[in-house]
Amino acid sequence: MTGSLWRLLARALTSPSGRLGTFVLALLTLFVIAGPWLLPDPAGMPDLLAGATPPGGWHLFGTDQLNRDILSRVVSGGRISLSVAGLAVTLAVTLGALVGGLAGFHGGWLDGVLMRVVDGALAIPRLFLLLLLVAVWEQIPLGALVLVLGATGWFATSRIVRGEVLRLREAEFVLAATALGAGPGRIILRHLLPNVAGPLLVAATLGVGDVILLEAGLSYLGVGVRPPTPSWGGMILDARPLLTTAPWASIFPGLAIVITVLAVNLIGDALRGALDPRNA
Amino acid sequence: MIHWLLRRSLQAVLTFLVVTVLLFVLMRLTPGDPLQRLAGDRQVSAAEAAALRRRFGIDQPITTQFRTFVTGALAGDLGVSIEHYPTRVSTLLVSRLPASLLLGGTVLVLTFGFGIALGALQAVRRGRRVDRWLTRVSLALYAMPSFWLGLVLAWFFGIRLQMLPVAQMHDPLFDPEATWLAGAGDVLRHLILPATTLTAVSLAAVMHYQRTALLEVLRLDFVLAARARGLPERQVLWRHAWRNALFPVVGLLGLWLPMLVTGSVFVEQVFNWPGLGHLAADAVGARDYPVILGTAMLVSAQVLLGGLLADLGYYALDPRVRRA
Amino acid sequence: MTPLLEVQDLRITFATAAGTSHPVDGVSFSLERGELLALVGESGCGKSLTALALLRLVPPPGRILPGSAIRLDGADVLALDTAALRGVRGRRIGMIFQDPMTSLNPVFTVADQISESVRAHQRVSQGAARARALELLQEVGIPDPVARLDQYPHQLSGGMRQRVMIAIALASEPELLIADEPTTALDVTVQAQILEVLDRLRTARGMAVLLITHDLGIVAGRADRVAVMYAGRLVEEARTAELFARPSHPYTRGLLASVPRIAGPVTRLTPIAGTVPPPTNWPTGCRFHPRCPAALPRCPADDPPALGVGRGHRMRCWLAESGGPA
Repeated sequence: MTGSLWRLLARALTSPSGRLGTFVLALLTLFVIAGPWLLPDPAGMPDLLAGATPPGGWHLFGTDQLNRDILSRVVSGGRISLSVAGLAVTLAVTLGALVGGLAGFHGGWLDGVLMRVVDGALAIPRLFLLLLLVAVWEQIPLGALVLVLGATGWFATSRIVRGEVLRLREAEFVLAATALGAGPGRIILRHLLPNVAGPLLVAATLGVGDVILLEAGLSYLGVGVRPPTPSWGGMILDARPLLTTAPWASIFPGLAIVITVLAVNLIGDALRGALDPRNA
Repeated sequence: MIHWLLRRSLQAVLTFLVVTVLLFVLMRLTPGDPLQRLAGDRQVSAAEAAALRRRFGIDQPITTQFRTFVTGALAGDLGVSIEHYPTRVSTLLVSRLPASLLLGGTVLVLTFGFGIALGALQAVRRGRRVDRWLTRVSLALYAMPSFWLGLVLAWFFGIRLQMLPVAQMHDPLFDPEATWLAGAGDVLRHLILPATTLTAVSLAAVMHYQRTALLEVLRLDFVLAARARGLPERQVLWRHAWRNALFPVVGLLGLWLPMLVTGSVFVEQVFNWPGLGHLAADAVGARDYPVILGTAMLVSAQVLLGGLLADLGYYALDPRVRRA
Repeated sequence: MTPLLEVQDLRITFATAAGTSHPVDGVSFSLERGELLALVGESGCGKSLTALALLRLVPPPGRILPGSAIRLDGADVLALDTAALRGVRGRRIGMIFQDPMTSLNPVFTVADQISESVRAHQRVSQGAARARALELLQEVGIPDPVARLDQYPHQLSGGMRQRVMIAIALASEPELLIADEPTTALDVTVQAQILEVLDRLRTARGMAVLLITHDLGIVAGRADRVAVMYAGRLVEEARTAELFARPSHPYTRGLLASVPRIAGPVTRLTPIAGTVPPPTNWPTGCRFHPRCPAALPRCPADDPPALGVGRGHRMRCWLAESGGPA
């Protein structure tokens, strides 16, 4: 399984957009990990009187209304946004693979029930599911946010996995494995899932972009990541009253989101192109 | 045809029922005392608590609650808002519907109109500068959070250039004696920025689909055969190829509605546009559960209806589907 | 009298990642009015590309090299402007393709597609075009043509679809019909029927036909002349009876020998040794020499031109100089 995944990644890297996306994402990850050590403390010394200053000099991105350096806040916010997205997507893809694999392999009534539920869940726009869930907490803890994001993101993946499993279930290598005495669990894990690894990786990568946007949106509405933890969406929310006087406070966090999501989408597209048998 | 329509509609209704169950379960399973949410921050006496329970029906067993919920929902009764007590949720939803339909309808026409046109242009000019630049721009737009784009546009056109209004649907200082036409013009001016924002972020998907679809069709044999018959290139492209490339885009209609609905929550909030999205955004802040639930149900119904219409479109356009 | 079609030194190149390939590399032949010429060869020999080139439909990145000449009734097809080219396509030269399922637009009815062809080249009303469509369907022998008019391609059988394709191609009374493997995608019994239809139409209209196929079997008894193609060139050309009686080029002989015969004692099949070379890497000298059982010492070095072997019989082989193969 890992062999074919590496080949997939290698093929994805042959496309210029794939390379660009990977490069940007790598750079971002580097900033986000190393940044907080090199930059001034984002939460340090809020100074209401000094107020927001435009970009220039020490403050590459300017400062916000509490005179905190925006660049360092963007970098710290990046840590949160990227980790939340990564964890949530891992959870979502795992759930999707499990449910989809089970439904496809077992078939019958279980498949029927599960897919009906998935159909229903897919009809509700993900944001609304999230709104219902997060409205429960006054201040949603980060862990719960990750759980909620993950729990709302597995439906489409389960369909993909189910489709693949249905297709492969009747394939000869499965019959061979069964004839050799392999049980259903082993067949699913060792034979069926590796074949789904490719599409899963694509879905996961593109899912990261979606989650970053959703988490930013929730934070913007005030129900996602809450202060004092920095987040890109939260920064845009805080900067809203300053739109006329200090637009840079809204623009830079947003740009960070755009660049990250764009990079991730480019990688996802390159992976999807690499999966296409016509490009083999 | 009728037979198919009935079967398909039944499917949609069944799925909606599943949606109802899911939402109900979600509501009741989430942690926290429903009473706490209903009472807000005030301390309540035992008698008041009992009265609240009775009023909101939480004192009933869960199955009764579910039955009341479903029958109420089907009859259009979605309970009462907490924030705007005692306004009914359905009243709130209905009052916001026109503004949402205006915005949503405009964005639908713009997104699909431009999306199809630009996507087809890209396919026909594949590999050239137009194609590459349109792809880059649309990828960038797709990566933008709708609320951020809205803020940027509001700042640039509304504040910097003072060209367009950035809040609400009407100018509050508008002369109430003015003509209907002038009033409509005012609304349209307020519509520009929110509609542009929403169109921009969803354009990419439609463009990409149409481009891919048309490129695939152009490779097919019947396009070569049409050329071999001496048909003018324009006819080959638009009558033969494009007709076949529209199908995936029709299907996209069903998938795109959730995108629109999600985006409108943010965009309506940014521009203070009095639609359903803004209602939902406010309700979240106020923890107004019945309203969030009500909007979720309405929006799901819209999505299912969109899917049904998309399938109907397929049926009408593709003779191969009709035979099935 | 000038031949209807004259092809001289046709060369087509493709620039691929693996290098430049020359799938058609110096093809010359001519076609008289009303004649049926069969262009025979295995997959990959360049015959379909040759056919597409006649209508200038070579798909990019393929290019017809300058120095090639294609003359229809004396006029150079390669020099025509777009409007004049459209006047040739469908109107003077018609073409039918291998797979009728994918060559017909699935969302238009039979009547739509035939009428469209009619109206592409003549100013007639919708009604007149539809009537003409009905006539054409009758001419190609489709049963119950009235019902078929409003049906869609997926509702017809393979044989009927091919007849519809022929009807479309004939809509504007072309002088030449190019049939690119018209029977390959059909069942054997249907194959015979389609060839019948082509024969009948040819005699009735005095139309020339360029029949492209890999199947020598359908050629005998039908074609006036046969041209055998290998590795981008014609290696042998003769009147049909002559070719079958006295096949001279080792490749042609190999092809005929590898056809299993039911009559007579059953022995092992004799394939031609080796495989077809890739168009990016043609062998030096005579292209067939690596596989040729009769190769002479000069064959790997010298590329033979077309040499006469008999009346109207030419081949590209040094054996022609010694009066034909042993």
